[in-house]
Amino acid sequence: MAKITFITTDNKTITLEGTSGSVMQLAVDNSVPGIDGDCGGVCSCATCHVHVAPEHQTKTGEATEIETDMLELNDYANEQSRLCCQIEISDALDGIVLQVAESD
Amino acid sequence: MKKSALPDPFETARNTKGYGEMNDQNDPVTMILGHKDVRKCAHNWKTFQSGATPGRIVVPSEVNIRDTRQIPFEVDPPEHKGYRAIVEPWFKRPLEADYTAALTKQINAIVDEVLTKDAVEVVEGFSLRLQSRALTLLLNTPYEEAETWISWGTHVFRSEGNALDGEKANILYDYIDENISKAIENPGNDLYSMLLKATLDGKKLTREEIKGVVVLTFSGGRDTIVNAVTNAIAYFAEHPKSLLKLKNEPEIACKAVEELIRYFSPLTHMGRVVTGDTEVCEHAVKADSRISLCWASANRDARVFENPNEVILDRKINPHVGFGFSHHNCLGATHARQIMNILVNTLAEKVTSIDIIDYKENIEDLDEFKRKVGYDKLTVKFNGQ
Repeated sequence: MAKITFITTDNKTITLEGTSGSVMQLAVDNSVPGIDGDCGGVCSCATCHVHVAPEHQTKTGEATEIETDMLELNDYANEQSRLCCQIEISDALDGIVLQVAESD
Repeated sequence: MKKSALPDPFETARNTKGYGEMNDQNDPVTMILGHKDVRKCAHNWKTFQSGATPGRIVVPSEVNIRDTRQIPFEVDPPEHKGYRAIVEPWFKRPLEADYTAALTKQINAIVDEVLTKDAVEVVEGFSLRLQSRALTLLLNTPYEEAETWISWGTHVFRSEGNALDGEKANILYDYIDENISKAIENPGNDLYSMLLKATLDGKKLTREEIKGVVVLTFSGGRDTIVNAVTNAIAYFAEHPKSLLKLKNEPEIACKAVEELIRYFSPLTHMGRVVTGDTEVCEHAVKADSRISLCWASANRDARVFENPNEVILDRKINPHVGFGFSHHNCLGATHARQIMNILVNTLAEKVTSIDIIDYKENIEDLDEFKRKVGYDKLTVKFNGQ
């Protein structure tokens, strides 16, 4: 079981618990504003963009090259960016805080 | 080669030069072919403009048959953002439970109907009907309206053998004008009425702007959805194990839809007008010339997709650009994805096999490239469970 906290673009805090699947799916299932997951989690739409605080980045591991390429052209991306469809839920994520990214 | 295969005509040019060239009505187009280049150019709206003369970014160009600017598709940032914000919530409605239920009912009905027939011509007899009926949900207009759109045939904006057909396009424009007038007189809960109520920077949209949104709604999702649905039927006909796999593993439906869209790429490419002299793939492109973002080519780029010419229904990582990329990604993608998702699930549930009886491929002529985008005709027999 992992506790995952989302901070929305209007600074609301939503904490959810998950055991499996992707962080995107957890967010979509619980209607976290700003996480749409349009493509269902295959890394093609970038509508599940989050920023991971530096102190939590070891919990998520590194983005793959394809995910990095996807983020490279996102106007709101920075070195903390991840697509949360590519973050699998496990106990390792417990306590993580994710800032939902701005989008156009 | 299987009848359902959509070959990739761009591979050599993509790997050797990165671009192709075509002459479109004496307004040439440099086609960008590589996945990374396509995405970079799509993102660079300052150099590669959408807000050009209405109709010019479409390939083949429609400048000779229309003056109405399609919105938000033919508008660049920053103005684009305001228009998109008006229409975005409306085009996300397909995610709502009532909408999904109504669409499921429509698709169940048409699949049940074709299962009773010995032969079905899929393009007109299945895909066009399915698309037209589904469009009544997107516009939130009466179901009966679909009969009018079906009667226009698949080529209401373009006629066979003639890329530009102003007379045919006028049927649509007159129809939309009439419906805007009706909504002014009797506002309801349809797309026309929503647009009549909407404001941008404190001002109501003009009639021309409303028309621009509605024209885009009709034209953007017609042949694209017809092609996606028809190609899916052809694919399942020749891959009955896929239907079984989808039946046994319904959880892969979302991935399957993305993969079918990648492989089919129902819209081959979309143009942009170059705002200043620049270069793409070490090739000079002049100001006021055109490039096109070739989604179909990018979606077969082996530098990004393993086994790009194979359909892998449960492909996990699939950064395809079948719905475009960046600011102008497909406004109707949510609706299209729902149609495909429900269709895939319904076929898996009700159909065991499909036999192809006859077919005629639809081959696009892109000068140095000839691309199969779907079918002009596809006659099949659906076999139920």
